[in-house]
Amino acid sequence: MNLTRTFATAGRVLGQIRHDPRTVALLLVVPSLLIGLVAWIFVDTDLFTDIGPAMIALFPFIVMFLVTSISTLRERRSGTLERLLSMPMGKGDFILGYALAFGLLAVFQTAIAVSFAVWVCGLEIEGSIWLLFAVAVADALLGTALGLLASAFARSEFQVVQFMPLIVFPQILLGGIFIPRDQLPPALEAISEWLPLSFAIDALQAVAADSESAEWITAKILVIVAWIVGSIVLGSITLRRRTP
Amino acid sequence: MIQHMMNNSDAAGSASGASSGSASSAAVIVQDLTVVRGGVPALDRLSLAVPRGHLIGLLGPSGSGKTTLMRAIVGVQVVKSGTIEVLGLPAGSRALRTRMGYVTQQASVYDDLSVRQNLAYFRRIIGAPASDIDRVIERTDLGSVAGRLVGSLSGGQRSRVSLAAALLGDPEVLVLDEPTVGLDPVLRVELWALFRSLADDGATLLISSHVMDEAKRCDRLLLLRDGALLADDTVQGLLQVTGTDDVEQAFLRLIERGKPDLRPSTETESEAER
Repeated sequence: MNLTRTFATAGRVLGQIRHDPRTVALLLVVPSLLIGLVAWIFVDTDLFTDIGPAMIALFPFIVMFLVTSISTLRERRSGTLERLLSMPMGKGDFILGYALAFGLLAVFQTAIAVSFAVWVCGLEIEGSIWLLFAVAVADALLGTALGLLASAFARSEFQVVQFMPLIVFPQILLGGIFIPRDQLPPALEAISEWLPLSFAIDALQAVAADSESAEWITAKILVIVAWIVGSIVLGSITLRRRTP
Repeated sequence: MIQHMMNNSDAAGSASGASSGSASSAAVIVQDLTVVRGGVPALDRLSLAVPRGHLIGLLGPSGSGKTTLMRAIVGVQVVKSGTIEVLGLPAGSRALRTRMGYVTQQASVYDDLSVRQNLAYFRRIIGAPASDIDRVIERTDLGSVAGRLVGSLSGGQRSRVSLAAALLGDPEVLVLDEPTVGLDPVLRVELWALFRSLADDGATLLISSHVMDEAKRCDRLLLLRDGALLADDTVQGLLQVTGTDDVEQAFLRLIERGKPDLRPSTETESEAER
């Protein structure tokens, strides 16, 4: 591990994105647009109060997962990853550099999405807006970390696109958006207890309804952070300097 | 020039012997290297030595294992068996990563960064001094496009950016995979002049090509076919043994002979067969 290389990599990734204004724009506004769409669908009902917090968990998570996994894959296919790994570049430096760069983007994206949901779509938040923001950022970072892990595993674009339904969809289906998690069949409920997105959705709903203490929510955030750290470590280990 | 090559030819005899002995004269020593790719052997019990401070051409048709050999020497290739030593260290060692430069076949640089930004990034990864950026820009003649995005450059310019990145930190061993492919003749001549001057400064260059013409500019040639070494000789020596004045012809004759080895010990034998 070497901080110079980690920060150099993060700076380089951000420099690349800066040369692509359309990607920046898409990254920042797409989750907000989708949240707005959901709010509009349910405009004549009061359902948005229930599922709005889950949408804040969902869209940044998916967008960050996709963007991160594709961009690291692109690095692999362009040969730049091979070049970097023939240089004194640590595998952890590489993964962490990406995590920092996309993590920073995730913070901005989440700030916009949360603000949009609360002040434009009228999502009612009973609890602390800062806690809501903290959970949402952790959740977007989780998307980044899982995206890095997926692309460390994947060998082609096709595989990355397959990892999206494999890693992301079950978490959405079991996360309590369709039916509350305690109404799931016992086996599925047990699985959902372990999935990181469930923690994010639970925490966001709890903040929105102000139904749990700050400690309870912080505990949920810590579990998400553990998943983030675990994914980054596992991604660094899976990345191979030598390839077949 | 010929005298120069003859001298190398003499040196070559001992360099070939180096694969079994003295490490000091060789920058790269490959012994019994076997690499399997996609279930078939890409390299099969390959042994060779690359003498220090020389321009070595790695020639062979596409699919002969050139890239696989280069990747193995750089330490990014999964190897089945055999050993590779670079500058006295096992290939892929951490200590070698700042002492070797590697240029892949495709220009492995970032299209969405400028030339200078690309080099600035790689410089920080290697830990080379900041002044190195201007030095390699000048050596690769990229000064006029240094501020432009790499994606907007021509193919030849892009491959020079990739080469410039490999020159950062003044590596002792340069492994260049087809660095002149797709370049116009003027640029090719300029690049070979650059390679020559790098070798004159003491660097060891292993350069692959499938353009046999370029072989004449190398001190020694390694001819690879189907993952086996067909010849390891100077240009002059190769032409003499095969009785031609053209490297491409020499290569074809070696293939005709079907004797996949032309190292000194077997030379007379294959001559006799003819």
